[in-house]
Amino acid sequence: MIANQIMFFLFSAVIIVFSILTVTSRKILRAAVYLLFVLISTAGLYFMLNYQFLAAVQLTVYAGGIVVLIIFSILLTSHISQKFEPAGLKKSVFSAIAALTGAILSIVTILDYKFEATTQAAKEVDMKVIGKSLLSVENDGYILPFEVISVLLLAAMVAAIAIAKKSAPSGTQSTTLKQE
Amino acid sequence: MNAGIPLQYFLILAAIMFFSGVYGFLTRRNLITILMSVELILNSVNINFLAFNRYLYPDKMDGMFFSLFVIAVAAAEVAVAISIIINIYRRFTTINVEDVDEMKY
Amino acid sequence: MINFGYTIWIPLLPFLMFLLLGLAGNKLKPKLSGLLGTCGLAIITLLSYITAYKYFFTSEKIDGAFQKITAFKTTWLQLTDNLYIDLGVLLDPISVMMLVVITTVSFMVHIYSLGYMKGEKGFERYYAFLSLFSFSMLGLVLATNIFQMYIFWELVGVSSYLLIGFYYQKPSAVRASKKAFIVTRFADLGFLIGILLLSFNTKTFDFITLTDPAGSAIAQGSGIAFLGLSVMTWSMIFVFMGGIGKSAMFPFHIWLPDAMEGPTPVSALIHAATMVVAGVYLVARLFPIYSVSAPVALEVVAYIGAFSSLFAAIIACTQTDIKRVLAYSTISQIGYMLVALGVSGYGGHEGLGYMASMFHLFTHAMFKALLFLGAGAIIHAVHSNYMTDMGGLRKYLPVTHITFLVACLTIAGIPPFSGFFSKDEILAAALHSNKLLFAVEYAVAGITAFYMFRIYFSIFWGKETQYHETPHEAPATMTIPLIILATGSVFSGFIPFNQLVTSDGKAFESGLELAVAVPSVLIGLIGIWIAYIMYRKETAIPEKLAATFKYSYKWAYNKFYMDELYLFITRNIIFKHISEPVAWFDRHIVDGTMNAIASVTQSASYRIRGLQSGQLQKYAYLFVTGAVLLAILFIYLWK
Repeated sequence: MIANQIMFFLFSAVIIVFSILTVTSRKILRAAVYLLFVLISTAGLYFMLNYQFLAAVQLTVYAGGIVVLIIFSILLTSHISQKFEPAGLKKSVFSAIAALTGAILSIVTILDYKFEATTQAAKEVDMKVIGKSLLSVENDGYILPFEVISVLLLAAMVAAIAIAKKSAPSGTQSTTLKQE
Repeated sequence: MNAGIPLQYFLILAAIMFFSGVYGFLTRRNLITILMSVELILNSVNINFLAFNRYLYPDKMDGMFFSLFVIAVAAAEVAVAISIIINIYRRFTTINVEDVDEMKY
Repeated sequence: MINFGYTIWIPLLPFLMFLLLGLAGNKLKPKLSGLLGTCGLAIITLLSYITAYKYFFTSEKIDGAFQKITAFKTTWLQLTDNLYIDLGVLLDPISVMMLVVITTVSFMVHIYSLGYMKGEKGFERYYAFLSLFSFSMLGLVLATNIFQMYIFWELVGVSSYLLIGFYYQKPSAVRASKKAFIVTRFADLGFLIGILLLSFNTKTFDFITLTDPAGSAIAQGSGIAFLGLSVMTWSMIFVFMGGIGKSAMFPFHIWLPDAMEGPTPVSALIHAATMVVAGVYLVARLFPIYSVSAPVALEVVAYIGAFSSLFAAIIACTQTDIKRVLAYSTISQIGYMLVALGVSGYGGHEGLGYMASMFHLFTHAMFKALLFLGAGAIIHAVHSNYMTDMGGLRKYLPVTHITFLVACLTIAGIPPFSGFFSKDEILAAALHSNKLLFAVEYAVAGITAFYMFRIYFSIFWGKETQYHETPHEAPATMTIPLIILATGSVFSGFIPFNQLVTSDGKAFESGLELAVAVPSVLIGLIGIWIAYIMYRKETAIPEKLAATFKYSYKWAYNKFYMDELYLFITRNIIFKHISEPVAWFDRHIVDGTMNAIASVTQSASYRIRGLQSGQLQKYAYLFVTGAVLLAILFIYLWK
């Protein structure tokens, strides 16, 4: 009980501090690393909530894939130690106001609301159950989203390649086509 | 197992993370940092889903699968976004979001 | 019942001539268009003589009274069940008489213009407008209802405007035509108000219904009083206001002297014989209403007529432009006609004034047209309008001389010419009703004789002027109408008007009253004698008299400064204090509002354009703010 709470507060402190640092840091690589820490702590939270599979996926995909990709693109597009000028005062004040208003609104709403839990028995979520659900067509089945997601990932791959491809010099391309 | 931590704490945490992401999205000038803020937003949403799933509907798995798919979609989106950013970098030689404003009046 | 259906052609034929000459005139040779116009008039002159003969001598009389016959009627506008506007032809003693007058004088003017306007540019236009005028005037006198009369009243005004401004390249002519039209139009406002008041109370426009002395229409509205006068009286006064304008009575007389800018035959036709008597005709047409329901209005008529005739006669004594003298003479003589109507009663011998007025209208048309056409011949010979450039013309223009002399004797009221008879009847009617008016008109008779013979002697006798080129007599086309009109002036005095044209249609006995006749001839002769002394030979008497009565002479010579007064009122008062604020309001407030709307829209759209800045984060900011606001609204403020 107490250990739980300590873990929770630790994780949440890391998350909050580092997320704020991510959005305010002046050096871009540090921002990327702070993001990494946030993502790892989130995975920790997932572990606490007993969603081991998801936590593993989070670590693999997010922390291992996306952050790496971000760092790649940083290196491709700017100097590593380049420092930003901070954003204009007007912009940050207005955004801060908007964000704070939203935050306060959400928090007040959350605290106001009475959450009612169901009285049904908990379900154990382990790999077997997840695997079966992902491929079952019954009530609990998620095969349709699963297939759609695979199509989406394919499309994203193709799109990424197509957009980032360097277009060939126009002369050679057209003449080759004409000869066909 | 989580009786010690009320649901609201998770939700408040997620809210703070979400609005940090929003603040970052509105304030940052580098396109990649904007992307990082979007990741923060998506993660906060994930936390929300899982918290609700665990606390309110422990007999169902909807929240978990939703989060799973969110992670998948986020990955795809980052890939495409990075390729767009690289394209913009090639064209404008800058990835300052204020300089990419040709679609104006 | 005799069929008078053909009378619709009397106004229609000149209208067709107008369309033909107006549309195709410049493709025809000038002489042909002149002949076409003249032939049209010749045909309708013949038709009107036939109509007059048939009406006066062969139509049925009921109770010894001539009947009003509606020869043709078509409903033009149906307003309510009882109120409708017709177009039609109404024949009764005065309208048939006017038919004869108008067509005869118009025919004479058409023939005369063949010679006078020969070689002028716009010859076809001139004849087209003359035909238009004839059509309008005939439509006016043949009107079956008051609204039709108003329509043709305006048409006559338009024709007058077109003809006065015939020499449109002369600025003074343009000014004069505008003045005529505006002044008469302003008076017609009163006419319209009068028509509306009258028809509102009597619920009809039709003349036969309105003027039936035993009918109900006349009795309407006599009870309601406003400022001490009944509604009928007010409406009749307003209607007469139109007559004041069209007949150039004081205070709307200012346009007639300036209208002399038009060609002389036009002055003869329109401004002497026909259009200017429209006001008299109007009062005569509505005479039963005036006499039975609105006697106060009739007094107004009489006093305005008397004042105008005295006023104009005094001015005429000092003018040197012969056409202006004749114009003021016209005003004076129309004053006579109105006085006669004003003192008249209704029915039998009471209606002596009515008959005398119509009689004088008839004879006046003849001799005034003759005077104007003669003046035209003189101007044609001497190439100047001014008396001071003329003298001793009797040697060069024999025919013109004799006819002009006949006309002057007629207007002076010397027997046996027609002017004597008609003026005598007027003076007799005035003597029996209103001694003051009689005295005024008696004095005016003497003054008339004086100024007419003043110009006669100055032109044909007076000093022996050396002319640049020898004046030659006018061609036959001009002298024949003069001779015909002179014959008319001599003999029309013997027409028994008391049998034919009377207030109620019945004949009555009237004869020569020596008590009136002798003094009137006497004063005419005195006037002639004074003019003879002063002007027969060139003497210094006129200048000495002018110098003695310096101020009176100056005021009379400057037409009592009426024109200056009107200009002052319009320029300084109306333009400055009414028109300019209204114009300012229109320009700055009405237009300003429109412009303001446009410029506000423009600047607002310019500002809104900034929303499409292309800045990603701005869009996102608006999105977030909007979402937060909506959330607050729906969660907390929506009850």
